[in-house]
Amino acid sequence: MGRYAIKRIIQGLITIWFIATATFAAMHAVPGDPLSNEKATTEAIRKNLEARYGLDRPVFPDQYFIFLGNMAKGDFGLSFTQQNRRVNDIILDAFPVSAQLGVLAIAFAAIGGVLLGAFTALKRNRWPDVTVMLAVILGISVPSFVFAALGQLALVNANDALGFTLLPVAGWGELSHMIMPAVVLGLSTLAFLTRLMRSSMLEVLTADYIRTARAKGVSEGGIFWRHALRNASLPVITVLGPAIAAITTGGFVVELVFAIPGLGRAFVEAVQQLDYTLIMGTTVFYGSFLVFMVIVVDLIYGLIDPRVRLA
Amino acid sequence: MSAYTPRPEDFAPLGAQDAAPVLVRPSLSYWADARARLLRNPRAVGSLALLALLGLFTTVGPLFWTVDPSTQNLDRISEPPNLSAEALLIDRGQRWPGVEAEGWPSAPDPAWLASPTRTALDAPEGLSVVGTPHTWSVRLRWSPVENAAGYQIYRNRYRPTALNELGLPLGDRWSGAEVSYEDALALEPGVYWYSVTATDGLRESPHFQTLRVEVERALPLNAARKAGLLAPGDGEPGQRLSLPAHPLGTDYLGRDMLSRLMHGARTSLFIGLLAPLLYVLFGTAYGAAAGFFGGRADAVLMRLADFVVALPFLLFMILFRVASGVEAGESGITAILVAMVLLLWPATARLVRGQILQIREEGYVQAARLLGAPQRYLIFRHMIPNTLGVILVTLTFAIPTAIFTEAFLSFIGMGVAPPTPSWGSMCFEGLKSMLNSPHELFFPALMISLTVLAFNLLGDGLRDALDARMRARE
Repeated sequence: MGRYAIKRIIQGLITIWFIATATFAAMHAVPGDPLSNEKATTEAIRKNLEARYGLDRPVFPDQYFIFLGNMAKGDFGLSFTQQNRRVNDIILDAFPVSAQLGVLAIAFAAIGGVLLGAFTALKRNRWPDVTVMLAVILGISVPSFVFAALGQLALVNANDALGFTLLPVAGWGELSHMIMPAVVLGLSTLAFLTRLMRSSMLEVLTADYIRTARAKGVSEGGIFWRHALRNASLPVITVLGPAIAAITTGGFVVELVFAIPGLGRAFVEAVQQLDYTLIMGTTVFYGSFLVFMVIVVDLIYGLIDPRVRLA
Repeated sequence: MSAYTPRPEDFAPLGAQDAAPVLVRPSLSYWADARARLLRNPRAVGSLALLALLGLFTTVGPLFWTVDPSTQNLDRISEPPNLSAEALLIDRGQRWPGVEAEGWPSAPDPAWLASPTRTALDAPEGLSVVGTPHTWSVRLRWSPVENAAGYQIYRNRYRPTALNELGLPLGDRWSGAEVSYEDALALEPGVYWYSVTATDGLRESPHFQTLRVEVERALPLNAARKAGLLAPGDGEPGQRLSLPAHPLGTDYLGRDMLSRLMHGARTSLFIGLLAPLLYVLFGTAYGAAAGFFGGRADAVLMRLADFVVALPFLLFMILFRVASGVEAGESGITAILVAMVLLLWPATARLVRGQILQIREEGYVQAARLLGAPQRYLIFRHMIPNTLGVILVTLTFAIPTAIFTEAFLSFIGMGVAPPTPSWGSMCFEGLKSMLNSPHELFFPALMISLTVLAFNLLGDGLRDALDARMRARE
C-alpha cells in the first residue's frame, strides 16, 4: 500500500507541474502584456516597471522559473482587478464556500444515486424502474444552468405561494441557502451514478455469492444490505474522483446563478475581467485540488478492494 | 374421429426426397445485424426521428422562415410567443384637450374643508375609456366628485384590491373639475388596471374606482411608412395593420426567437458535431498507433495522454478561450473547436488502444498473421472494422459533451461572440429576464435538452446494437 501511495503521489506531483506549465503557456499566449492596458506611460517608466516585475527577462527560462518557484511556495501573486488583494486571500475566502457546497452536492448525489440505482435494479423493468430511468436520462440531458434556473424559478413561486420564505432564492450564509444549489449541483451526477449503480447491481444480483447467501437462508433484506449493495457500490467509488471534478466545475454555473461567493464564481468573474493572476492561481489551485482528490479516491479504493493494489 | 391403425408402410425407411428441408436464414453481416437491432429499439428509432427533425429545422427551416435573426425591434422586446400580431394605425397629429366638468367648482367649499366632521370623499364614478386604448395613449374620464380638489391616477398590471396595492400615482389632477387623464407612459400591449381616487386637497380618499383596460398595440402612420410596412400614402388611422408574427416570441432586443433558434442550431450543432468528430478521429489514430506498435512507443504515447486527461477540462477550455482572444467580427468558433480537440482526445485514444491490444491477441488475427498477412491487411481488415463499433458509440456520446461545453462556455460569456446566435448564449441572455419572460430561456434550453437527449438515447441504442455479446445471446 505504501509503495502504491508514493507512486500515485509522485504521479500527482508531475501532473500538477504539467498543469502549471500548461497554464503558464496558455496565459503567455494571450495577446499583449499586463502593462499594456495601463494608462500611457513613458518608455522609461515602462522599462522600470518591467524590470521591477521581471517582465524584461526572457519568458523562458527566467519568468517560467520565477512562476514555478512562487507556485511551489504557494504564492499566487496579487489580483489584477481587486485592489490590494492577494490571489491567495481570494482563494482562501472563496474555496471553503465551494467546498461546503461541493460536499453537500456529492453527498446528495452519491447517497441518492446508490440507493436509487439499487432500488431500480431490484424492480427491474417494472414501473418504478422505468420511471426512474426515464428521469435519469432526462437528468443527464438537461444542462445544469437550466436546472439552476428552474430551481430558482420554483423557489420564487413556492415562496410566493406560501407567503413566507421557505428557502432563500439566492445568497449564502446559512444551511437554508445551500440546499437548493446543492441539489441542483448534484442532480446530473446523481443521474449518472444511478445508471452506473443500476447496471452494477444487476450484475451483482446474479453473482454466485448472492445465490449462496440465499441458499444459506439469509433474509432478503440481509442480502440487499450486506451483500448486494456493498459489492455493487464499488464502481461508484471509482467514478467519485471524476464526479468530484464534474461537481466542482459544475459549481461555476450554480454559484453564478445562485449568487454564491465561491471559487467558481471568482474564477468566472476573473475570466470575464481578464484578471490574469487570479485566473492562473485558480486554475493551478483547482487543478491541484482535483488531482489530489483523484489520488485520495484511488487510495480509498485500494483500501477497499485489494486487487487494485496488486495490479 | 377414427382410431389410428398402424400400417406396415409407416415403418418403412424414409427416402432421400423426404428429408426435412434444411432451414437456413441468410447470414447477417455484423453491420446488417446491428442495424436491424437498432431499428427494433423504439427509443433509438425515436431519437433518430428527433435528430432528423432537428436537422430539418436547421437546414430547411431558414428557407421557410426567412426572418433575419439579427434584426432588432425595440418596440417588440421580450414578446411572448404569438401567431399573429396586429397594430392599430394612428395619427399622432392631434392632442387631446381633456374633459372638464362644466360649472363644477375646482376646489371644495372652504367651510366644508374646515369642518371637523367631514368624511372621506367618494370614489369617482363612471370611470371609462375615451376612444380606443392603445400603446401610444389611453384616455380616461370619470364623473366629478363632490368637494374634490383633485384626483390621483394609478396604473397597475394586476387588479388592485386595497389602497396600499396601488403604488405610486401615475399622475394627478389639481382641480375638481378636471376629470380626464391621458396616459402615454411606456405602454405595452396587454391588460392594465387604472384606478382613480379623489382628494380634497389635504387628504386623499381611501375609496377608489378601478377599470380594466385592454391596451392594443398601435403604430403611428408615419412610423409604419418609414419601416416599409405601408406604401407612402396608404393606410388611414383606425385601420389595423398586421405585423410580422413571432411564433416563439422575441428576445430582449426584439429579435425573432424562432429564427435565432434556427441559426443558433447551426453554431451549436456545428461545434457539437465537428469537435467530437475531430477529436475522436485524432484519438483513434493516436490510440491505434500506440496499441499497434506497443512497447516503448506505447508507453511514451500513453504517458502523454495521461497528462492531458489530468487537466481540468472546463478550466482549460476557458483558459484556451481567453488565451486565443477573439478579434472583432470573429465568432470564436475555431478557438472552441481547437481547444476541445486538444483537451478531449485522450479518452478515445485510451479506449481504442485497449481495443487494439485486445484484438491483436485474438485468434483470428494470430491466424491471419501466421498465414503471412501483411500489416496493412491486419489493420484494415481486422483492427479497424472491429473497433468501429466502439468508436461509433464513443462518438455518439461525445456529441452531448461537446454541445454542453459550448452551451456552458456561452453561458458564462466565454463562448461564441455575441452577434452569432448559439443556444448557449441565448440561454445566457434569457436567464437575465427569466422571471418576466421565461420563454427566452425556455426555448433554447429545450432545444439543447432535446438534442442531447436524442444523442444519448441513440448512443444507448447503438451500444446495445453493436454489442457482440448481445448478438450471441439472440
